Amino acid sequence: MSGKTLYDKIWDAHVVQQDEDGTCLLYIDRHLVHEVTSPQAFEGLRMAGRKVRAPQRTIAVPDHNVSTTPGRNEGVEKNEESRIQLAALDKNAKDFELVYYPVDDIRQGIVHIIGPEQGWTLPGMTVVCGDSHTATHGAFGALAHGIGTSEVEHVLATQTLIQSKSKNMKVEITGKLAPGVTGKDVTLAVIAHTGTGGGTGHVIEYCGEAIRSLSMEGRMTVCNMAIEGGARAGLIAPDETTFEYVKGRPHSPKGAQFEAALAWWKTLYSDDDAHWDKVVTIRGEDIAPLVTWGTSPEDVLPITGTVPAPEDFTGGKVEAVKRSLQYMGLEAGTPLTEIEIDTVFIGSCTNGRIEDLRAAAEVLKGRKIKDGIRAMVVPGSGLVRAQAEEEGIAQIFIDAGFEWRMAGCSMCLAMNPDQLAPGERCAATSNRNFEGRQGKGGRTHLVSPAMAAAAAVTGHLTDVRELMQEPVSA
Amino acid sequence: MEKFEKLTGIAAPMPLVNIDTDMIIPKQFLKTIKRSGLGVHAFEALRYLDDGSENPDFVLNKPQYREAQVLVAGDNFGCGSSREHAPWALADFGVKVVISTSFADIFYNNCFKNGMLPIVMPQEAVDALMKDAEKGSNARMTVDLENQVVTTSDGEAFAFEIDPFRKHCLLEGLDDVGLTMEKVGAIDSYEGAVAQSRPWV
Repeated sequence: MSGKTLYDKIWDAHVVQQDEDGTCLLYIDRHLVHEVTSPQAFEGLRMAGRKVRAPQRTIAVPDHNVSTTPGRNEGVEKNEESRIQLAALDKNAKDFELVYYPVDDIRQGIVHIIGPEQGWTLPGMTVVCGDSHTATHGAFGALAHGIGTSEVEHVLATQTLIQSKSKNMKVEITGKLAPGVTGKDVTLAVIAHTGTGGGTGHVIEYCGEAIRSLSMEGRMTVCNMAIEGGARAGLIAPDETTFEYVKGRPHSPKGAQFEAALAWWKTLYSDDDAHWDKVVTIRGEDIAPLVTWGTSPEDVLPITGTVPAPEDFTGGKVEAVKRSLQYMGLEAGTPLTEIEIDTVFIGSCTNGRIEDLRAAAEVLKGRKIKDGIRAMVVPGSGLVRAQAEEEGIAQIFIDAGFEWRMAGCSMCLAMNPDQLAPGERCAATSNRNFEGRQGKGGRTHLVSPAMAAAAAVTGHLTDVRELMQEPVSA
Repeated sequence: MEKFEKLTGIAAPMPLVNIDTDMIIPKQFLKTIKRSGLGVHAFEALRYLDDGSENPDFVLNKPQYREAQVLVAGDNFGCGSSREHAPWALADFGVKVVISTSFADIFYNNCFKNGMLPIVMPQEAVDALMKDAEKGSNARMTVDLENQVVTTSDGEAFAFEIDPFRKHCLLEGLDDVGLTMEKVGAIDSYEGAVAQSRPWV
């Protein structure tokens, strides 16, 4: 019998019951809840007279729909529908006695940033949320995935999910990453390799020297976009970097319990003889800073490339590329570095952590954004914001000409007023470049935080490595 | 939940690949706290022009497809966000079945919770069904869940696979939460055991 993968081990530790056909009832250790995908689930509970089974494992925070304008706690929210949805979460969190970080709490932030920050996310756990980017938590070696609202209701009522097991996929990034290449470029490189459907039906485990060398922040960025590769979840086996990050967080175990937990966490890795249904290997040295040109995350190329033509593709993709080039207002053959932008967005659950802000500030230090560019940085949580202010990073952004915002999802999905106007073009550190994602008619180019900062300075998509070599005239 | 057994209806061709959930229902309609009423906004950006009028070129606006109950779609349908608003919008519009070579995982799951049937078929079968759908409203497709067969207007039959548990729940219109609540004893025992073995959780 072959050994087990990390996914197999976490799965086995959470099976409550298995049916003859293989369908399992899986126990859920942490359930994260936000305002957009939960109201109908709580309504369902009320209608059936049901309670939340484990309120102490259920963490609620408003993020998608909150204003990120400073002064928001003094009632700048003008949209009535948003107000009602936020009020519904507030009421549900209080009525059902959930763990709750309201909008005026400094610990409020994007659900996938505050889970790890507060120590709710731990290795070997199962974590779900009504949000596809729940995959982020896989960076800790936790099995974490997005669910729909009906499943949110199911977890609220039973603390379990009915699941069939996915297949095992190994993505190995060998060697070392070049300077200027980040977790964002790694995760985009994987999608470029496999396509947006490449991970469908699988749970991906990312491994290899290049992954090991990443900080927890970088690993979270990699796992965050597992969903853009179609995978159910992304995982990275926990190691000393993980244990160091987890230790001392408000809700991580303490003292003897930490030692006991650590002993179990150290068993969470894929055995050498484990079976993989699919294996992808990418050389870390081959990854350049990447940028998307189209309207699917798989439409991605090194910044040194040129916009492709529909004829470069086959099958249904030919029509899709025609459509996306028209939507993006791009001509085939244009060098990517000649694409001018008018907006820069730094933030989101993909790249809204302190390390992301540091990387962007490194590029911006002593520089100004180009005239006419609208640039905003939206920290992933109130605590990230506070830390950035303490480190002097906030001031670098402000001096460069960025807007310094409050925590939330903001222009990643543009549910709040942070939106692109039709035809506006944005270098964004978020995760999706779909049509209309950042505002109707808006055009999105996905990049790393350092690349976004570089674009803000020059006014066009830019190879950040050039600015890294250039002395700053302060 | 409403049962799904057998359906004969109009199928609309949507060959575009990677139709994402932002396309199916844009974010401005996610502020609702209800499940109903989203059908009018299904495929909003494709369906309506900037002035709010219908885009006559969009397939579901064409007279022969306005009553479509089946979508035959390109690869990786429903990719993107976990929003169950996507199947809610499709169901509210009247779509009960989506056929593609592949679906994004969360969208696929979400369909079953709403009495909808997503069907995965090999490329050749999807190509044949796409051709049949292109014939318009005179060509009605039949989707038979019990026998796991889709039949074209010409009588050509294509079998499909489906997880037996999901099939059972759809055929009977079963509510997952109710089913799991019956297993509360097993959940109690699991929690008791973990409180001993992994007390930090």
